[in-house]
Amino acid sequence: MEITISGLILGGMFGFVLERAGFGNPNKLTAQFRLTDWSVFKVMFTAIVFAAVVLMILERLGVIAPQNLFIPPAFLGAAALGGALVGAGFAIGGYCPGTSVVGMMSGRIDAAIFLIGLILGTVIFAGIYPSIETLTTLGEFGKADTLPEALNISDLTINVVMVIAAVGVFFLGSWMEKKSKGLVTSQSK
Amino acid sequence: MNRESKKLQPAPYWNPLLAGISLGAVLLITFVTTGHGLGATGLTTRLTAWLGMNVAPVATSTNEYLGGMVEDGKPLNAWITWQVIGVAAGALISAYFARRIQFKMDGGKFLGGSKRPITALLGGVLAGFGARIAAGCTSGLGLSGGAVLSLAGFTFLGGFFAVGLLTSHLMKEGK
Repeated sequence: MEITISGLILGGMFGFVLERAGFGNPNKLTAQFRLTDWSVFKVMFTAIVFAAVVLMILERLGVIAPQNLFIPPAFLGAAALGGALVGAGFAIGGYCPGTSVVGMMSGRIDAAIFLIGLILGTVIFAGIYPSIETLTTLGEFGKADTLPEALNISDLTINVVMVIAAVGVFFLGSWMEKKSKGLVTSQSK
Repeated sequence: MNRESKKLQPAPYWNPLLAGISLGAVLLITFVTTGHGLGATGLTTRLTAWLGMNVAPVATSTNEYLGGMVEDGKPLNAWITWQVIGVAAGALISAYFARRIQFKMDGGKFLGGSKRPITALLGGVLAGFGARIAAGCTSGLGLSGGAVLSLAGFTFLGGFFAVGLLTSHLMKEGK
C-alpha cells in the first residue's frame, strides 16, 4: 500500500513536470541534439544541480544520512556504452524511455511504437545475456563511486562548479537558440 | 487573434528554469522519502519478464536475466511499477489541461518522414538494449545518478549526449 501511494504520487509529479516542460514532444527533445532548442540541457542540468545542492545541505544538517541514498556502482564502461546506445536511440527514435511514456499519454503513436521497441530491446538483451553479461560490469572503477570521492575534493566544491556550469549552459544555450530558427513550442507544426 | 481562437490553442510549455527547478524538487522529494531516485526502464524490464512469463513461461524462468524476476510469479510487484503508472497519469493530466492531447504520428519531420514508425521502433530497441547494459536510463542513471554526484551517472550522461549529438547529424529531414 505504501509503495503504491508513494510511487503514484512521486511518479505523477514526475510525469506532470516532464509534460509541462514539453518533454513529451519528440521535435523538442531532439532539437537539443540539433542545437536549436536547449531545453533538455537546461532542464536536466537545473534539476540535477538543484537536487544535488539541497541533498548536500540536508546531509550537513543531519536531516538525511548519505549512506541511505542509493549510489549506482561505478561500472563506468557499462555506463558509457549504455549511455551511448540510449543516446543513439534518443536521436533516432525521438524519446528516452521515460519521455516516451509522456509522449504516448499526449496521443503520440510514435511514442507507443518506441515503447514497444523498448520491450523488444529488452527481449533481445535477455536472449543473448549469457554472451554479453560481461558488458554490464565493464570498466569498474574500484576506488570510488562518486565524483567528490574520486577527485578527493569536497561535495561543496563540486556543487559550486556545477552551479557555474549550469549558468554557462543557460547562456550558451540561449545564445545558440537566438542564432537558430527558434524554439520548438507547443504550437509548432 | 480573437479570444475564442486563442482559447483553443495548446498552452505554451513551461520555461526551462521553472521546469528544471520543479523536476529537481520532485527528484529531491523522491530521494528524501525513498532513498533512491526516479526511473523508467525498471518497469519495462519487469513488463518484459511479465509478458515472457505469460507467453513463454519455461524460456522466461530459465532465462538468466529475467528468471529471477519471475521466481515469485509477480514481476510487476514493485515501486517502479506504480511510479511509471504515476508518470502516465501525471502526463495525461498535464496534457489534458494544457490542451495538448492530439492523436498523431509525431516527429517525422526530423526523424525519417514517412519511415517514422521504423525510426521510432529502432530507437526504442537501441534505448531498451542500452538501458540494460547500463542498468538504467536517462532518468534512472542520468538524472538520479547525477543528483547524487555518482561517476556512473555522469559517465552515462557523457556517452548519451556525445553519441546523441553525432547520431542526430546522420538523421535526414523527411517529408
